[in-house]
Amino acid sequence: MNWISEFVRPKIKKTSAKEVSDNLWTKCPECGQMLFNKELEKDYFICSFCGHHLRLPVETRFKMLFDNSRYRLINLPKVQDDPLNFKDTKRYIDRLRTYRRSSHNDDALSVAVGNIDSIRTVIGALDFGFMGGSMGIAVGEGIAKACDFAAKTSAPLVLITASGGARMQEGMLSLVQMARTTAAINAFKESGLPYISIMTDPTTGGVSASFAMLGDINIAEQGSIIGFAGARVIEQTIRETLPEHFQKAEYLRDHGMIDIVINRMNMRETLARILKLLIAKTN
Amino acid sequence: MSDSLTANLDFEKNIIEVEDRIKHLQQLGNNDNLNFDSEITRLQTKLERLLKSTYSKLTPWQKTQVARHPDRPHTIDYINGLITDFTMLSGDRAFADDNALIGGIGRFCGQSIVVMGQEKGHDLDTRMKHNFGMAKPEGYRKAQRLMDLADRFNLPVLTFVDTSGAFPGVDAEERGQAQAIASSIERCLNLKVPMISTVIGEGGSGGAIAIATANRILMLEHAIYSVISPEGCASILWRSPDKVKEATEALHLTAQDLRKFGIIDEIIAEPIGGAHRNHAETINHAKEVILRHLQELLSFSGEELKKKRTEKFMKMGRKFAKSE
Repeated sequence: MNWISEFVRPKIKKTSAKEVSDNLWTKCPECGQMLFNKELEKDYFICSFCGHHLRLPVETRFKMLFDNSRYRLINLPKVQDDPLNFKDTKRYIDRLRTYRRSSHNDDALSVAVGNIDSIRTVIGALDFGFMGGSMGIAVGEGIAKACDFAAKTSAPLVLITASGGARMQEGMLSLVQMARTTAAINAFKESGLPYISIMTDPTTGGVSASFAMLGDINIAEQGSIIGFAGARVIEQTIRETLPEHFQKAEYLRDHGMIDIVINRMNMRETLARILKLLIAKTN
Repeated sequence: MSDSLTANLDFEKNIIEVEDRIKHLQQLGNNDNLNFDSEITRLQTKLERLLKSTYSKLTPWQKTQVARHPDRPHTIDYINGLITDFTMLSGDRAFADDNALIGGIGRFCGQSIVVMGQEKGHDLDTRMKHNFGMAKPEGYRKAQRLMDLADRFNLPVLTFVDTSGAFPGVDAEERGQAQAIASSIERCLNLKVPMISTVIGEGGSGGAIAIATANRILMLEHAIYSVISPEGCASILWRSPDKVKEATEALHLTAQDLRKFGIIDEIIAEPIGGAHRNHAETINHAKEVILRHLQELLSFSGEELKKKRTEKFMKMGRKFAKSE
């Protein structure tokens, strides 16, 4: 699988996440301007200087999309932790515990139900801060649950991805989640309800190569890195520098893989419009 | 078997010494009409014992080396050995023909089928031609259009998986490698004919599962199937390529482990000393096992096959899920 660089530095990730909550300022990774955290949060984590879309907490995402910021979280099935008893420089189970403590979530996926412009919608979102948003059994199980819940309650499904791919620490049990989530999406599509995929920064590896790319409509947040293989792996393989904007949302749109590249500020309005067009066919 | 000299495995040093001595004595016997029969018999017994003891306890890293052995039978060898009237079909009908993933129609034990798989190539020229078995989006789109053909004419699909992974390159990304793999998985799931996938060497990540989302997943005894290459895992999680053996252990990528986890359905036995020592026997074993599974699957309707395949993958990992 492919992993973008941040994922392999969970410790650094953790400190940077902390900086956001503890410190007053965040540096824009694009233009380098210092952004006042309270302002940044109000701006939905969009840099007020260059418009760069910073990664944002799943909670903020839900709040900005649902009517009156109101939604209900869906309980996701618990899974057995660490089936492989995996240990690299640190035990996987210890890593899991650390992320659970800092994120107050069992794994990388959260699923919520609420209204978008009065259309009852199920939204699942991956938290890149939780082990790089990687997909293991828990995420696979959660996506399956989201699909099933949405189909049973006749709600459209929106999945918002931010992930380095499959979770290596679960070995093949994570790789087969690609097939499993695809099967779940497949079953959901048979309900006739729309599945909107929203890819955010970054969406790569086993997540981009399964449910993320299979939306009835594929949307990407502007500037997001989206692709299959990591840029470093490609550079090492072809031994050339990569083209400008390579694997950016706009690049994928220009190459025919993404329907709409969107500014975060317009996401709610766009989603509402698309869902209405696909569901409420006459008005 | 062009590269046998360069492809010697480090743990086979003693074995190869004995093999060379047998060869040498046989040559001497032929040339000078001398009789070394008793010595050769003695050495052959020793060789068999060595092979048995070595191959019965291969470490995951040694299996990785065996799975990548250049003399191992490749997809082309299985097609030549198992499929009569093979008719190669080229291209994705959209952009190009990708030789990393080959396929076509033919007969398996009398039954018309669609067959496909990644081909790594066996010498420099063929490796270049087949891009070392690393398919690009056009390869996965060729797989999909072959599956369309299978559905249209109700032909079972046999796939042979042997790839280090999907090709990581600018052109592959431009043409939507992720989308091609995702839709190939989706296409597998929608098939209304039996589908059997056999991991014959290396099952590398998304590039493998793209054509292995099947009713039955079989694996050669010393093949590997992994979410990431041991090298990739070592450099990401250990930050050191030297930790490749540790990574291989941790990933649980052997057929034996994956059988335990319920990822694969059956292990196909390899001849003593590995598939690279006896292609005919390996391919024959594979034939028996594939045929048995195919006969079982042929008793189901198309809808049932699709449903069973979906359920199979929906369950994967679920036995590790606690009830809500």
